[in-house]
Amino acid sequence: MVEINNLKKAFNSHIVLDDVSLSVEKGENLVVFGRSGTGKSVLLKCMVRLMEPDSGKIIIDGKDVLSLNIKELNELRKQIGFLFQSAALYDSMSVRQNLEFPLIRHFNFTPEEREQKVISVLEKVSLVEAIDKMPSELSGGMKKRIGLARSIITEPKLMLYDEPTTGLDPITSKEISYLILELQKSLNMTSVVVTHDLLCAEIIADRAIVLNEGKVQYQGSIPELTSSNDPFLKNFFSHEFIKENNQVN
Amino acid sequence: MNKKTSTSAYLSSIENRLNEFFIMIAGLWIFTVQFFRYVFVPPYEVYEIRKHMNELGIKTLPIVSVTGFIIGLVLAMQTQPVLARFGAEAYLPGSVGISIVRELGPVITALIFAGRVSSGIGAELGSMRVTEQIDAMEVSAVDPFKYLVVTRIFACTFILPILTVYVIFIALAGAYIAVVLVQNMTIEYYTNAVLYSVEFGDAIPGVAKTFVFGYIVGLVGSYKGYTATNGTEGVGRASTTAVVVSSLMILIFDMILVKITLWLWPTF
Repeated sequence: MVEINNLKKAFNSHIVLDDVSLSVEKGENLVVFGRSGTGKSVLLKCMVRLMEPDSGKIIIDGKDVLSLNIKELNELRKQIGFLFQSAALYDSMSVRQNLEFPLIRHFNFTPEEREQKVISVLEKVSLVEAIDKMPSELSGGMKKRIGLARSIITEPKLMLYDEPTTGLDPITSKEISYLILELQKSLNMTSVVVTHDLLCAEIIADRAIVLNEGKVQYQGSIPELTSSNDPFLKNFFSHEFIKENNQVN
Repeated sequence: MNKKTSTSAYLSSIENRLNEFFIMIAGLWIFTVQFFRYVFVPPYEVYEIRKHMNELGIKTLPIVSVTGFIIGLVLAMQTQPVLARFGAEAYLPGSVGISIVRELGPVITALIFAGRVSSGIGAELGSMRVTEQIDAMEVSAVDPFKYLVVTRIFACTFILPILTVYVIFIALAGAYIAVVLVQNMTIEYYTNAVLYSVEFGDAIPGVAKTFVFGYIVGLVGSYKGYTATNGTEGVGRASTTAVVVSSLMILIFDMILVKITLWLWPTF
């Protein structure tokens, strides 16, 4: 589903991604770990060309992302959902309008069909009662759920999550993680999840990679990585480190 | 040694400001090209344009009403003693009318509109940029430039001339109040005197240039907000610089447009 080869991205002289290569199978959930500033979010943004990488290759669903023109890129983007760290709900629109936004622009649904879609996706995230609320009236966890609902309303093949549980309390964080897993299973999506939250990763991940110094330094299942004797991984997965990183972010 | 260091720091700050200035000019030019490339291409986002026109018009209406009325009133009060000195008080409605229609109405409305709207657009788009809402729009395959920028520039371009015509009438009403305070003049006499002096040809260039002013307000506000960086600090900067730059550009373009008008119609 996703194949990334030798991806490089630098900001002036600061190299963020240095020869990153990875692949994600169809239906797989890949978790990307890494210290703050190691380019995890940059990696996600390069995948949808919100940022242009300096070199390398990104293949999504058989299409070479970096060689697509804007029309082709937008066609591909319709197949991809992106949950931003801040949920990025349009704050001048109600929840209903936020959810209808991609539907109005990309599909020819009747108003009734649109309403049905909105209700159905809100049911999936258990927030039907918030349909007419404005984003400013929602809590952090609710915003994340609505952001998730907006991302999946077009039934994308690939979901990209940028820190889906950051800033949430442990219970809400766990709920969001299970929700992501449930949606992934019911919609048969492929996911790439950037997170610092080990609990979230344990719930979601089929496989994980660890970015360090711009490279993919480790990969494997969560139990393999957490039980590794490698000093970096031992330090990285210690409870204190995770906690510290959650606080930083 | 210290003097040398402070001179080089001063020169480097001038260089940075010049760089920023030229980047902004290039950015405004690119936005202009993009605007004309997108504005004729569907989808036309009519609902968004109508919404912005309503919002911008209603938002600015109270302040332009008050300002227009006071400007007309003060202008008449100031002009009356000067005309009295030459025994030309009868020309008061005409001279005030021409000043308001040709210059004061359009420019004052545009400057107030810039202060109110350009900063608002800068802050709104700036905060959308720093909270990743623009990125979210882009990643959902909707062109944020077309949806956010083109609609706002279009709305500004067409709402400002409407506001200007309204302000001209309000300012003329204010001027009438001042005239009544110092002279025994009926509203019929005042209206006839204004209509006799102010020709239709006076109003056309005056109102026509507000299309350009409206475009400038929308363009600068959108550019500053859309390109905002550095979190909330960047949003604040986008909002304030949008007002400064658009006000300055309005005055510069006013000068250019008056010159062009006089060149095309020397008798104007």
